[in-house]
Amino acid sequence: MQIILEPGRVEENYWRDLWHYRELFQVLAWRDVAVRYKQTIIGVVWALLRPVLTMMIFTVIFARLAKLPSEGSAPYALMVLAGMLPWTFFSSALSDASISLIGSASLIGKVYFPRLIIPTATIVVAFVDLMVGFGVLCVMMIWYQFLPSWKILLLPPFVLLAFLASLGPGLWITALNVKYRDFRYVIPFALQLGLFISPVGFSSSVVPGKWRLFYSLNPIVGVIDGFRWCILDGESHIYWTGLGVGVVVIAFFLWLGIRQFRKMEKTFADLI
Amino acid sequence: MSNGDVVVRVENVGKRYLVGHVSTSRDSHDTLRDAVVRHAKNFGRKALDVARGRQIIEGDAVDDFWALKDVSFEVKRGEVIGIVGSNGAGKSTLLKILSRITEPTIGRITIDGRVASLLEVGTGFHPELSGRENIFLNGAILGMTRAEIRAQFDEIVAFAGIERFLDTPVKRYSSGMQVRLAFAVAAHLKPEILVVDEVLAVGDGEFQKKCLGKMGAVERSGRTVLFVSHNLSALRSLCSQRILVREGQLITAGNISSVLTAYSTKNELSNRVYPADSLVRRVAVYQDTDKIVLELEYSELRGKLTIPGFSFVIHDADGRPILGHNPMLEHRNLDTPWPNEGIVRASVTSPKLLDGVYTVSVFLGDPYSTVFRDLNCLTISISGFVNSIYQLPPEQVGSVYPECRYEFIPLEAKDDVVDIAISES
Repeated sequence: MQIILEPGRVEENYWRDLWHYRELFQVLAWRDVAVRYKQTIIGVVWALLRPVLTMMIFTVIFARLAKLPSEGSAPYALMVLAGMLPWTFFSSALSDASISLIGSASLIGKVYFPRLIIPTATIVVAFVDLMVGFGVLCVMMIWYQFLPSWKILLLPPFVLLAFLASLGPGLWITALNVKYRDFRYVIPFALQLGLFISPVGFSSSVVPGKWRLFYSLNPIVGVIDGFRWCILDGESHIYWTGLGVGVVVIAFFLWLGIRQFRKMEKTFADLI
Repeated sequence: MSNGDVVVRVENVGKRYLVGHVSTSRDSHDTLRDAVVRHAKNFGRKALDVARGRQIIEGDAVDDFWALKDVSFEVKRGEVIGIVGSNGAGKSTLLKILSRITEPTIGRITIDGRVASLLEVGTGFHPELSGRENIFLNGAILGMTRAEIRAQFDEIVAFAGIERFLDTPVKRYSSGMQVRLAFAVAAHLKPEILVVDEVLAVGDGEFQKKCLGKMGAVERSGRTVLFVSHNLSALRSLCSQRILVREGQLITAGNISSVLTAYSTKNELSNRVYPADSLVRRVAVYQDTDKIVLELEYSELRGKLTIPGFSFVIHDADGRPILGHNPMLEHRNLDTPWPNEGIVRASVTSPKLLDGVYTVSVFLGDPYSTVFRDLNCLTISISGFVNSIYQLPPEQVGSVYPECRYEFIPLEAKDDVVDIAISES
């Protein structure tokens, strides 16, 4: 194995190098998960409490007070939870990933490894929370005696889509954060707005038809629609054009994020 | 040696940093208008930097700073290279480039083989995790696979001596235990090329020796090691080749004595200057033709000491004290008049020191108190002080050459003794 170090050298074996360090990825992801559940008294319950409480509040506000319709005959609470899961995953993955490099400053200054590992590994924590959230969903389905169809098996591609949707902007912001710390204030603010402009507490079918395509530019809209389509079965109708737009937007942000990240990766140790 | 044996080739490598500083005219006329103009200019420049995707630098002016410049050398397989140089010379930058943490600005480095770098002990240790978990975490960060860690797990635990605390969070460890655990993991790295920064500066003496022993084993196993240290004795005992870096430039590359001599004789440490408000302004040591001279410049001592006693200890390169002197023990300074500000000079004519590198600790005090002490503050390289081609090296006869008087005793006296002994038997 020969390594050549030169200024501005583009690593042709970048992705192979990344694969070579997969064990470090596993260990860092495991560390983040382990640390999260250490020294918390109720540990996993936090992951349960957050979506359940939000679901209850959203159901009261949007269904009872604003009298918004659910998707078909599906219980409103279930519809909110089906949107809540990808949204919680997306928002915690994005906010964790965007500050991940600054949080690992000491590591970056002292050891070499493909830096892409750090933001990606933090997303695993959000993934564990998502799994817990699915547990809540199962309990809710039993409560409402709601039986999902075979479509629930199509959920993994949408989970992957949610992962990519958070990874793209996450990489972009975390790389910029190293140089300009202002960006760390952007994400919490954007996510706070995002919770209300994304169809989390309501169905995306309440958006007027002529605005639907424009609305789909929000990449998480397609993901949430997909989740509801898989979980709520025939009660939810997917807007395929919108999903296609969403995928394109996600791909664009992923490209932008990786490009920015790789461009700046070499200077992280000098700037952090 | 053939060219194929070169595992690390560094060619004309340089590293530039941008540093910003506030221009010096700041104090002279600092009106509100100046301040506003300056801040506006700064803001404009920062905005421009952001737009161009450059880093933001504080200050009025931006300068280049070359931490490393035009460095070239080669390392062959199995060599253990020591990199010496004073603080800020660029040693750490060189190691960071070699371990791929940062990119060189110019030049090219070719490395053959797997590199593990140890720029800090316990990199990535998480205080909440247990010792066991941290071994796996730290090992993975340093580039070990899980199978490798598992295979050596018991050995690592035994080396660190933390068997009983394996499942205790590391935050409850003493700092000594943390260092031992961290070093135990690092010592079991098995890369082809190992890059080590000043990590031996931590830990107690005994553990340092254990680590040095472990690193010596690394050398014998044919692995290549690059090693930065101020610990001259560690460098002496481990390294076959040395590289001296000063102000970002390679000064000397060669075998131990030539580089250590260059390091020491040209080193500013042989003359140390202290802040102006300090009681002691400067200490220095140098070799004169037939003596070693130590000087200490002081100010405003009146009222602080009854008699300024200047004492010193000279250590060999391994840090062992060889000789020292304290005038107080002989009350020699008692009736000497001394100025309130001045230089006190001590000349050592005997014993003479053999060739080598020595460090000096200096003290200033009187029988009641010591007002100044600086341990190992000076370094001196002695050469040709004992001027004889028949003199054996310090490794065989010790580092000092005593004054010695020889006399001859006539044989008859001895014969008498033997006679008596015979007659008694």
